[in-house]
Amino acid sequence: MVTGTADRTALEEELSRLAGSVPDPELPVLTLEELGVLRGVHVLGPGRVQVELTPTYTGCPAVEAMSSDIERVLRDHGVPDVSVVTVLSPAWSTDDISAEGRRKLAEFGIAPPRHQGGGATGPVPLTLAIRCPHCGSTETELLSRFSSTACKALRRCTACREPFDHFKEL
Amino acid sequence: MTATVNTAAALALGDDALVLSHRLGEWAGHAPVLEEEVALANIALDLLGQARVLLSLVGDEDELAYLREERAFRNVQLVEQPNGDFAHTIARQLYFSTYQRLLYGRLAAAGEVGDLAGLAAKAVKEVAYHQDHAEQWTLRLGDGTPESHERMLRACTALWRFTGELFQPVDGLDVDWRELESDWLASVTAVLERATLPVPDGPRTGAWSAGAGRQGLHTESFGRMLAEMQHLHRSHPGASW
Repeated sequence: MVTGTADRTALEEELSRLAGSVPDPELPVLTLEELGVLRGVHVLGPGRVQVELTPTYTGCPAVEAMSSDIERVLRDHGVPDVSVVTVLSPAWSTDDISAEGRRKLAEFGIAPPRHQGGGATGPVPLTLAIRCPHCGSTETELLSRFSSTACKALRRCTACREPFDHFKEL
Repeated sequence: MTATVNTAAALALGDDALVLSHRLGEWAGHAPVLEEEVALANIALDLLGQARVLLSLVGDEDELAYLREERAFRNVQLVEQPNGDFAHTIARQLYFSTYQRLLYGRLAAAGEVGDLAGLAAKAVKEVAYHQDHAEQWTLRLGDGTPESHERMLRACTALWRFTGELFQPVDGLDVDWRELESDWLASVTAVLERATLPVPDGPRTGAWSAGAGRQGLHTESFGRMLAEMQHLHRSHPGASW
Protein backbone atom coordinates (compact mmCIF):
# COMPACT_ATOMS: atom_id res chain seq x y z
CA MET A 1 0.00 0.00 0.00
CA VAL A 2 2.71 2.46 0.98
CA THR A 3 4.60 3.40 -2.13
CA GLY A 4 7.67 5.58 -1.88
CA THR A 5 8.09 8.48 -4.26
CA ALA A 6 11.17 6.87 -5.73
CA ASP A 7 9.26 3.65 -6.50
CA ARG A 8 6.43 5.51 -8.06
CA THR A 9 8.78 7.53 -10.25
CA ALA A 10 10.49 4.34 -11.31
CA LEU A 11 7.14 2.82 -12.25
CA GLU A 12 6.13 5.92 -14.16
CA GLU A 13 9.44 5.90 -15.94
CA GLU A 14 8.97 2.31 -16.93
CA LEU A 15 5.44 2.97 -18.18
CA SER A 16 6.66 6.06 -20.04
CA ARG A 17 9.30 3.96 -21.73
CA LEU A 18 6.66 1.41 -22.75
CA ALA A 19 4.20 4.02 -24.01
CA GLY A 20 7.01 5.88 -25.76
CA SER A 21 8.12 2.75 -27.59
CA VAL A 22 4.77 2.46 -29.39
CA PRO A 23 5.35 3.07 -33.12
CA ASP A 24 3.61 5.92 -34.87
CA PRO A 25 0.71 4.41 -36.85
CA GLU A 26 1.46 6.41 -39.99
CA LEU A 27 5.25 6.57 -39.76
CA PRO A 28 6.04 3.23 -38.13
CA VAL A 29 9.81 3.88 -38.26
CA LEU A 30 9.30 6.45 -35.51
CA THR A 31 8.26 5.80 -31.93
CA LEU A 32 5.93 8.18 -30.13
CA GLU A 33 8.87 9.17 -27.94
CA GLU A 34 10.96 10.12 -30.97
CA LEU A 35 8.03 11.99 -32.49
CA GLY A 36 7.75 13.96 -29.25
CA VAL A 37 4.01 13.59 -28.76
CA LEU A 38 4.09 11.88 -25.35
CA ARG A 39 3.60 14.55 -22.69
CA GLY A 40 3.39 12.54 -19.49
CA VAL A 41 2.47 9.30 -17.76
CA HIS A 42 0.87 9.56 -14.33
CA VAL A 43 0.02 6.74 -11.96
CA LEU A 44 -3.25 7.88 -10.40
CA GLY A 45 -3.70 4.86 -8.14
CA PRO A 46 -3.14 1.13 -8.04
CA GLY A 47 -3.68 -0.11 -11.59
CA ARG A 48 -4.80 3.34 -12.78
CA VAL A 49 -2.69 5.26 -15.23
CA GLN A 50 -3.30 8.42 -17.22
CA VAL A 51 -1.25 9.17 -20.33
CA GLU A 52 -1.05 12.65 -21.85
CA LEU A 53 -0.67 12.79 -25.60
CA THR A 54 -0.45 15.83 -27.87
CA PRO A 55 -1.52 15.71 -31.53
CA THR A 56 0.90 16.76 -34.28
CA TYR A 57 -1.94 18.49 -36.18
CA THR A 58 -5.30 19.30 -34.59
CA GLY A 59 -7.10 17.07 -37.07
CA CYS A 60 -4.52 14.29 -37.13
CA PRO A 61 -6.53 11.05 -37.43
CA ALA A 62 -3.59 9.02 -36.08
CA VAL A 63 -4.31 10.17 -32.52
CA GLU A 64 -7.06 7.60 -32.05
CA ALA A 65 -4.81 4.78 -33.20
CA MET A 66 -2.00 6.05 -30.95
CA SER A 67 -4.35 6.13 -27.97
CA SER A 68 -5.61 2.60 -28.46
CA ASP A 69 -2.06 1.30 -29.06
CA ILE A 70 -0.86 2.89 -25.82
CA GLU A 71 -3.83 1.46 -23.92
CA ARG A 72 -3.14 -1.99 -25.29
CA VAL A 73 0.58 -1.93 -24.49
CA LEU A 74 0.05 -0.74 -20.92
CA ARG A 75 -2.78 -3.21 -20.32
CA ASP A 76 -0.58 -6.02 -21.56
CA HIS A 77 1.93 -4.83 -19.00
CA GLY A 78 -0.62 -5.34 -16.24
CA VAL A 79 -2.23 -1.92 -15.90
CA PRO A 80 -5.99 -2.58 -16.08
CA ASP A 81 -7.22 1.03 -16.12
CA VAL A 82 -5.49 3.19 -18.74
CA SER A 83 -6.87 6.51 -19.92
CA VAL A 84 -5.26 8.57 -22.66
CA VAL A 85 -6.07 12.28 -22.74
CA THR A 86 -5.03 14.73 -25.45
CA VAL A 87 -3.48 18.03 -24.47
CA LEU A 88 -3.04 20.91 -26.92
CA SER A 89 -0.92 23.29 -24.92
CA PRO A 90 1.92 23.93 -25.43
CA ALA A 91 1.42 23.21 -29.10
CA TRP A 92 3.52 20.45 -30.63
CA SER A 93 6.29 21.57 -32.92
CA THR A 94 8.49 19.66 -35.36
CA ASP A 95 11.36 20.80 -33.11
CA ASP A 96 10.03 18.18 -30.67
CA ILE A 97 11.16 15.37 -32.98
CA SER A 98 14.35 13.88 -31.54
CA ALA A 99 17.68 13.72 -33.38
CA GLU A 100 17.28 9.96 -33.65
CA GLY A 101 13.79 10.50 -35.04
CA ARG A 102 15.14 12.83 -37.71
CA ARG A 103 17.82 10.33 -38.68
CA LYS A 104 15.20 7.58 -39.03
CA LEU A 105 12.91 9.81 -41.12
CA ALA A 106 15.71 10.52 -43.60
CA GLU A 107 16.61 6.83 -43.72
CA PHE A 108 12.95 6.05 -44.44
CA GLY A 109 12.97 8.44 -47.41
CA ILE A 110 11.31 11.44 -45.77
CA ALA A 111 13.28 14.67 -45.54
CA PRO A 112 13.20 15.69 -41.86
CA PRO A 113 11.90 19.11 -40.81
CA ARG A 114 14.36 21.94 -40.37
CA HIS A 115 14.85 23.36 -36.90
CA GLN A 116 12.84 26.48 -36.24
CA GLY A 117 13.72 27.50 -32.71
CA GLY A 118 11.13 29.89 -31.26
CA GLY A 119 9.19 31.99 -33.80
CA ALA A 120 6.21 29.64 -33.97
CA THR A 121 3.85 32.27 -35.32
CA GLY A 122 6.27 33.64 -37.90
CA PRO A 123 5.82 33.20 -41.63
CA VAL A 124 6.08 29.78 -43.19
CA PRO A 125 9.80 29.10 -43.59
CA LEU A 126 10.75 28.29 -47.16
CA THR A 127 14.29 29.47 -47.63
CA LEU A 128 16.80 26.95 -46.26
CA ALA A 129 17.69 24.07 -48.54
CA ILE A 130 15.98 20.75 -48.06
CA ARG A 131 18.15 17.76 -48.81
CA CYS A 132 16.95 14.90 -51.01
CA PRO A 133 16.73 11.81 -48.78
CA HIS A 134 17.70 9.60 -51.74
CA CYS A 135 20.82 11.19 -53.23
CA GLY A 136 21.61 13.91 -50.71
CA SER A 137 21.43 16.78 -53.19
CA THR A 138 20.19 20.12 -51.88
CA GLU A 139 18.78 20.96 -55.32
CA THR A 140 15.14 20.20 -54.59
CA GLU A 141 11.91 21.92 -55.51
CA LEU A 142 8.48 22.17 -53.93
CA LEU A 143 5.69 20.40 -55.82
CA SER A 144 2.90 20.87 -53.29
CA ARG A 145 2.64 22.25 -49.77
CA PHE A 146 0.40 19.36 -48.85
CA SER A 147 1.18 15.70 -49.43
CA SER A 148 0.07 12.23 -48.32
CA THR A 149 -0.65 13.51 -44.82
CA ALA A 150 -1.18 16.97 -43.34
CA CYS A 151 2.31 16.97 -41.83
CA LYS A 152 4.18 16.50 -45.12
CA ALA A 153 4.91 18.50 -48.26
CA LEU A 154 5.70 16.96 -51.63
CA ARG A 155 9.06 17.81 -53.19
CA ARG A 156 11.20 16.64 -56.08
CA CYS A 157 14.94 16.34 -56.35
CA THR A 158 16.21 18.11 -59.46
CA ALA A 159 19.43 16.06 -59.35
CA CYS A 160 18.08 12.49 -59.20
CA ARG A 161 14.52 13.42 -60.27
CA GLU A 162 12.93 11.39 -57.48
CA PRO A 163 9.89 12.86 -55.73
CA PHE A 164 9.95 12.66 -51.95
CA ASP A 165 7.99 13.69 -48.89
CA HIS A 166 9.27 16.44 -46.63
CA PHE A 167 8.09 16.54 -43.03
CA LYS A 168 7.24 20.23 -43.05
CA GLU A 169 8.04 22.58 -40.22
CA LEU A 170 5.24 23.28 -37.78
CA MET B 1 -13.01 23.39 -18.05
CA THR B 2 -16.16 24.01 -20.06
CA ALA B 3 -17.16 26.80 -17.71
CA THR B 4 -14.21 28.92 -18.81
CA VAL B 5 -15.20 28.84 -22.48
CA ASN B 6 -17.73 31.27 -23.86
CA THR B 7 -20.32 29.33 -25.87
CA ALA B 8 -20.83 32.04 -28.47
CA ALA B 9 -17.09 32.24 -29.11
CA ALA B 10 -16.60 28.49 -29.43
CA LEU B 11 -19.61 28.16 -31.75
CA ALA B 12 -18.53 31.06 -33.96
CA LEU B 13 -15.00 29.74 -34.44
CA GLY B 14 -16.07 26.09 -34.49
CA ASP B 15 -18.84 26.60 -37.05
CA ASP B 16 -16.55 28.62 -39.31
CA ALA B 17 -14.07 25.75 -39.31
CA LEU B 18 -16.71 23.02 -39.67
CA VAL B 19 -18.57 24.61 -42.56
CA LEU B 20 -15.47 25.56 -44.53
CA SER B 21 -14.09 22.07 -43.92
CA HIS B 22 -17.21 20.58 -45.47
CA ARG B 23 -17.09 22.93 -48.44
CA LEU B 24 -13.46 22.05 -49.13
CA GLY B 25 -14.29 18.37 -48.75
CA GLU B 26 -16.71 18.77 -51.64
CA TRP B 27 -13.67 19.15 -53.91
CA ALA B 28 -12.67 15.52 -53.33
CA GLY B 29 -12.78 13.88 -56.73
CA HIS B 30 -13.21 17.21 -58.55
CA ALA B 31 -10.01 19.19 -58.06
CA PRO B 32 -8.12 20.29 -61.19
CA VAL B 33 -4.96 18.32 -60.38
CA LEU B 34 -4.09 15.56 -57.93
CA GLU B 35 -1.84 17.81 -55.82
CA GLU B 36 -4.74 20.21 -55.28
CA GLU B 37 -7.07 17.38 -54.44
CA VAL B 38 -4.67 16.42 -51.67
CA ALA B 39 -4.00 19.99 -50.58
CA LEU B 40 -7.66 20.95 -50.24
CA ALA B 41 -8.44 17.72 -48.39
CA ASN B 42 -5.56 18.36 -45.99
CA ILE B 43 -6.73 21.90 -45.32
CA ALA B 44 -10.23 20.54 -44.75
CA LEU B 45 -8.82 18.01 -42.30
CA ASP B 46 -7.01 20.70 -40.31
CA LEU B 47 -10.23 22.70 -40.11
CA LEU B 48 -12.26 19.67 -39.11
CA GLY B 49 -9.80 18.97 -36.31
CA GLN B 50 -10.15 22.55 -35.07
CA ALA B 51 -13.94 22.32 -35.29
CA ARG B 52 -13.99 19.09 -33.27
CA VAL B 53 -11.94 20.64 -30.48
CA LEU B 54 -13.99 23.85 -30.43
CA LEU B 55 -17.42 22.22 -30.52
CA SER B 56 -16.39 19.65 -27.91
CA LEU B 57 -15.58 22.51 -25.54
CA VAL B 58 -19.25 23.45 -25.38
CA GLY B 59 -21.17 20.25 -26.08
CA ASP B 60 -21.31 16.98 -27.96
CA GLU B 61 -19.53 17.51 -31.29
CA ASP B 62 -21.79 15.16 -33.25
CA GLU B 63 -25.01 16.62 -31.88
CA LEU B 64 -23.80 20.13 -32.62
CA ALA B 65 -22.65 19.30 -36.14
CA TYR B 66 -25.43 17.00 -37.24
CA LEU B 67 -28.54 17.88 -35.28
CA ARG B 68 -28.69 21.66 -35.25
CA GLU B 69 -30.97 23.51 -37.62
CA GLU B 70 -29.65 26.10 -40.04
CA ARG B 71 -30.55 29.05 -37.81
CA ALA B 72 -28.50 27.67 -34.93
CA PHE B 73 -25.23 27.81 -36.87
CA ARG B 74 -23.02 30.80 -36.06
CA ASN B 75 -20.53 30.71 -38.94
CA VAL B 76 -19.92 33.75 -41.12
CA GLN B 77 -21.63 33.64 -44.50
CA LEU B 78 -18.29 33.71 -46.34
CA VAL B 79 -17.41 30.11 -45.45
CA GLU B 80 -20.77 28.70 -46.57
CA GLN B 81 -20.53 30.18 -50.06
CA PRO B 82 -20.48 27.47 -52.75
CA ASN B 83 -17.12 26.39 -54.14
CA GLY B 84 -17.82 27.87 -57.56
CA ASP B 85 -14.86 27.49 -59.89
CA PHE B 86 -11.35 26.97 -58.52
CA ALA B 87 -10.77 30.73 -58.42
CA HIS B 88 -13.81 31.20 -56.15
CA THR B 89 -12.49 28.59 -53.77
CA ILE B 90 -9.08 30.26 -53.71
CA ALA B 91 -10.56 33.73 -53.14
CA ARG B 92 -12.63 32.36 -50.25
CA GLN B 93 -9.47 30.71 -48.88
CA LEU B 94 -7.48 33.93 -49.19
CA TYR B 95 -10.08 36.03 -47.40
CA PHE B 96 -10.80 33.49 -44.69
CA SER B 97 -7.34 32.08 -43.95
CA THR B 98 -5.94 35.61 -43.62
CA TYR B 99 -8.71 36.42 -41.13
CA GLN B 100 -8.36 33.17 -39.23
CA ARG B 101 -4.60 33.48 -38.93
CA LEU B 102 -4.75 37.05 -37.64
CA LEU B 103 -7.56 36.17 -35.22
CA TYR B 104 -5.97 32.98 -33.86
CA GLY B 105 -2.66 34.80 -33.55
CA ARG B 106 -4.29 37.37 -31.29
CA LEU B 107 -6.18 34.78 -29.25
CA ALA B 108 -3.00 32.77 -28.74
CA ALA B 109 -1.07 35.86 -27.66
CA ALA B 110 -3.79 37.05 -25.27
CA GLY B 111 -3.61 33.71 -23.51
CA GLU B 112 -6.49 34.48 -21.17
CA VAL B 113 -9.40 32.72 -22.82
CA GLY B 114 -8.54 29.34 -21.30
CA ASP B 115 -8.94 26.38 -23.64
CA LEU B 116 -9.45 28.64 -26.65
CA ALA B 117 -5.94 30.02 -26.33
CA GLY B 118 -4.42 26.53 -26.45
CA LEU B 119 -6.38 25.67 -29.58
CA ALA B 120 -5.54 29.03 -31.16
CA ALA B 121 -1.81 28.60 -30.50
CA LYS B 122 -1.90 25.24 -32.22
CA ALA B 123 -4.23 26.15 -35.08
CA VAL B 124 -2.40 29.35 -36.03
CA LYS B 125 0.56 27.28 -37.18
CA GLU B 126 -1.64 25.11 -39.38
CA VAL B 127 -3.48 28.11 -40.79
CA ALA B 128 -0.15 29.71 -41.79
CA TYR B 129 0.12 26.96 -44.42
CA HIS B 130 -3.48 27.51 -45.55
CA GLN B 131 -2.79 31.20 -46.04
CA ASP B 132 0.44 30.50 -47.88
CA HIS B 133 -1.41 28.08 -50.18
CA ALA B 134 -4.11 30.65 -50.93
CA GLU B 135 -1.57 33.43 -51.55
CA GLN B 136 0.51 31.37 -53.95
CA TRP B 137 -2.56 30.44 -55.97
CA THR B 138 -3.88 34.00 -55.96
CA LEU B 139 -0.55 35.19 -57.41
CA ARG B 140 -0.46 32.41 -59.97
CA LEU B 141 -4.02 32.89 -61.15
CA GLY B 142 -4.12 36.68 -60.93
CA ASP B 143 -0.80 37.12 -62.70
CA GLY B 144 -1.36 34.19 -65.04
CA THR B 145 -3.24 33.96 -68.31
CA PRO B 146 -5.99 36.44 -69.34
CA GLU B 147 -8.51 33.69 -68.56
CA SER B 148 -7.15 32.94 -65.08
CA HIS B 149 -6.84 36.66 -64.31
CA GLU B 150 -10.43 37.27 -65.37
CA ARG B 151 -11.74 34.41 -63.26
CA MET B 152 -9.73 35.38 -60.19
CA LEU B 153 -10.94 38.96 -60.56
CA ARG B 154 -14.53 37.80 -60.79
CA ALA B 155 -14.16 35.59 -57.71
CA CYS B 156 -12.47 38.24 -55.56
CA THR B 157 -15.16 40.73 -56.49
CA ALA B 158 -18.07 38.35 -55.93
CA LEU B 159 -16.96 37.36 -52.42
CA TRP B 160 -15.92 40.85 -51.34
CA ARG B 161 -19.32 41.68 -49.88
CA PHE B 162 -19.01 38.80 -47.41
CA THR B 163 -15.80 40.09 -45.85
CA GLY B 164 -17.23 42.87 -43.70
CA GLU B 165 -18.96 40.36 -41.47
CA LEU B 166 -15.66 38.82 -40.41
CA PHE B 167 -15.02 41.76 -38.10
CA GLN B 168 -18.26 41.83 -36.19
CA PRO B 169 -17.28 41.47 -32.54
CA VAL B 170 -17.91 37.99 -31.14
CA ASP B 171 -19.04 37.74 -27.55
CA GLY B 172 -16.26 36.21 -25.45
CA LEU B 173 -13.38 37.08 -27.77
CA ASP B 174 -11.34 39.93 -26.39
CA VAL B 175 -9.96 41.27 -29.65
CA ASP B 176 -9.48 44.74 -31.08
CA TRP B 177 -11.72 44.14 -34.09
CA ARG B 178 -10.94 47.40 -35.84
CA GLU B 179 -7.24 46.76 -35.69
CA LEU B 180 -7.86 43.19 -36.88
CA GLU B 181 -9.81 44.56 -39.82
CA SER B 182 -7.15 47.04 -40.85
CA ASP B 183 -4.44 44.34 -40.60
CA TRP B 184 -6.58 42.04 -42.71
CA LEU B 185 -7.18 44.72 -45.30
CA ALA B 186 -3.46 45.52 -45.50
CA SER B 187 -2.53 41.86 -45.91
CA VAL B 188 -5.16 41.06 -48.54
CA THR B 189 -4.44 44.29 -50.43
CA ALA B 190 -0.73 43.43 -50.62
CA VAL B 191 -1.47 40.00 -52.08
CA LEU B 192 -4.00 41.30 -54.59
CA GLU B 193 -1.63 44.01 -55.76
CA ARG B 194 1.19 41.52 -56.27
CA ALA B 195 -1.27 39.36 -58.19
CA THR B 196 -2.05 42.36 -60.47
CA LEU B 197 -5.63 42.30 -59.23
CA PRO B 198 -7.50 45.46 -58.22
CA VAL B 199 -8.81 45.61 -54.68
CA PRO B 200 -12.59 45.34 -55.13
CA ASP B 201 -14.30 48.67 -54.51
CA GLY B 202 -17.80 47.43 -53.69
CA PRO B 203 -19.27 47.49 -50.19
CA ARG B 204 -17.92 44.88 -47.79
CA THR B 205 -21.29 44.47 -46.19
CA GLY B 206 -24.86 45.63 -46.72
CA ALA B 207 -28.21 45.32 -45.05
CA TRP B 208 -29.57 43.70 -48.18
CA SER B 209 -27.00 40.95 -48.36
CA ALA B 210 -24.25 39.80 -46.12
CA GLY B 211 -23.42 40.11 -42.50
CA ALA B 212 -25.74 38.10 -40.31
CA GLY B 213 -24.26 34.62 -40.18
CA ARG B 214 -23.14 35.14 -36.59
CA GLN B 215 -26.79 35.80 -35.72
CA GLY B 216 -27.93 32.62 -37.47
CA LEU B 217 -29.09 34.10 -40.76
CA HIS B 218 -27.57 32.28 -43.70
CA THR B 219 -27.58 32.39 -47.47
CA GLU B 220 -29.66 30.14 -49.67
CA SER B 221 -27.07 27.53 -50.48
CA PHE B 222 -26.27 26.82 -46.83
CA GLY B 223 -29.47 24.87 -46.25
CA ARG B 224 -28.65 22.53 -49.10
CA MET B 225 -25.13 22.06 -47.81
CA LEU B 226 -26.42 21.19 -44.34
CA ALA B 227 -28.95 18.75 -45.77
CA GLU B 228 -26.15 16.84 -47.41
CA MET B 229 -23.82 17.10 -44.42
CA GLN B 230 -26.44 15.96 -41.91
CA HIS B 231 -28.30 13.43 -44.03
CA LEU B 232 -26.43 10.31 -42.97
CA HIS B 233 -26.47 11.06 -39.26
CA ARG B 234 -30.15 11.96 -39.27
CA SER B 235 -31.08 8.85 -41.27
CA HIS B 236 -28.97 6.55 -39.12
CA PRO B 237 -28.61 8.14 -35.68
CA GLY B 238 -25.45 7.08 -33.91
CA ALA B 239 -24.06 5.27 -36.95
CA SER B 240 -20.32 4.64 -36.84
CA TRP B 241 -17.70 2.54 -38.54
